[in-house]
Amino acid sequence: MSFREGAKISDGHHHDHDNHLSDMDAKVRALQTILVEKGLVDPAAVDVVVETYEHKVGPRNGAKVVAKAWVDPEFRAWLEKDASAAINSFGFEGRQGEHMHAVFNSPEQHNMVVCTLCSCYPWPVLGLPPVWYKSPPYRSRVVYEPRKVLGEFGVELPESTKIKVWDSTAELRYLVIPMRPAGSDGLSESELADLVTRDSMIGTGLALEPEQE
Amino acid sequence: MTQPEAPKKSNPAIQPDPKVFDEPWQAQAFALTVTLHERGLFDWPEWAQFLSAELHQKSAKEDGSDYYSHWLTALEKLLASKGVVDVPSVTALAESWQRAAHATPHGVAITLDNDPIGRPV
Repeated sequence: MSFREGAKISDGHHHDHDNHLSDMDAKVRALQTILVEKGLVDPAAVDVVVETYEHKVGPRNGAKVVAKAWVDPEFRAWLEKDASAAINSFGFEGRQGEHMHAVFNSPEQHNMVVCTLCSCYPWPVLGLPPVWYKSPPYRSRVVYEPRKVLGEFGVELPESTKIKVWDSTAELRYLVIPMRPAGSDGLSESELADLVTRDSMIGTGLALEPEQE
Repeated sequence: MTQPEAPKKSNPAIQPDPKVFDEPWQAQAFALTVTLHERGLFDWPEWAQFLSAELHQKSAKEDGSDYYSHWLTALEKLLASKGVVDVPSVTALAESWQRAAHATPHGVAITLDNDPIGRPV
């Protein structure tokens, strides 16, 4: 994407007869102008980053990791021991996925992920975080009332299931491995991956059952 | 902004957010940060600290809709703290971009050359 396209999109929102840049739009252009002129930024590299996160990286990557963990005990053990390396074996690597830790849901323990500091999130496997993940209420409330927050996502767990909340940092990111749903015997790995939702890998949802899909 | 094509098998639960970025400037702010980090201008914990400070402002909206405004402010402050930019210059240049935009007819690329009073020195 270039600024030129950006300007055209802005036009669509304004019916006056000249172009108007919002303060934020103007500020980012100003910053980019300065950084390009200082030789610190190559506009083409910036465009590649935008393209990557708009179109190439997303939760379907993580879904493949989860499905493999469901069907392949050796892979699951690897994921448990060294999640970064196991995930890198799919080619999902790079920014904000350098230090990964996988947490496995079980009937005894359900795992949820938050970043109370800001919005740390495992980009290579999940893409960029949804708006609610970045919102102040989720970031603060999930820590002290996880079961209630989970209920607001439509998930009710038995009282006997403990809920553990993992707080991401700039150095360490978490991927929740949801439980394999009932009725999924005999499905292929790629069919299983279709049952894995983004929210189930953050811990605010469960994997879909085959008939829900 | 164009959206990724929906995969053939529709599974709403696993689709990325309908829009990764709501507006192009958000994508630019995000990508500038990633690019500068890769260039080694700052490390990620440093960035997280600046971003966190902005996100914890009392004025931060409950619904997270102002997330990228905070992101951009954090980037500006981080770069200012590193002596890479100074805030008054960024502000002056942003105003120049706005004047240039007003002076540019529809359908034509906005450039700083269109600022009627000239860009700040």
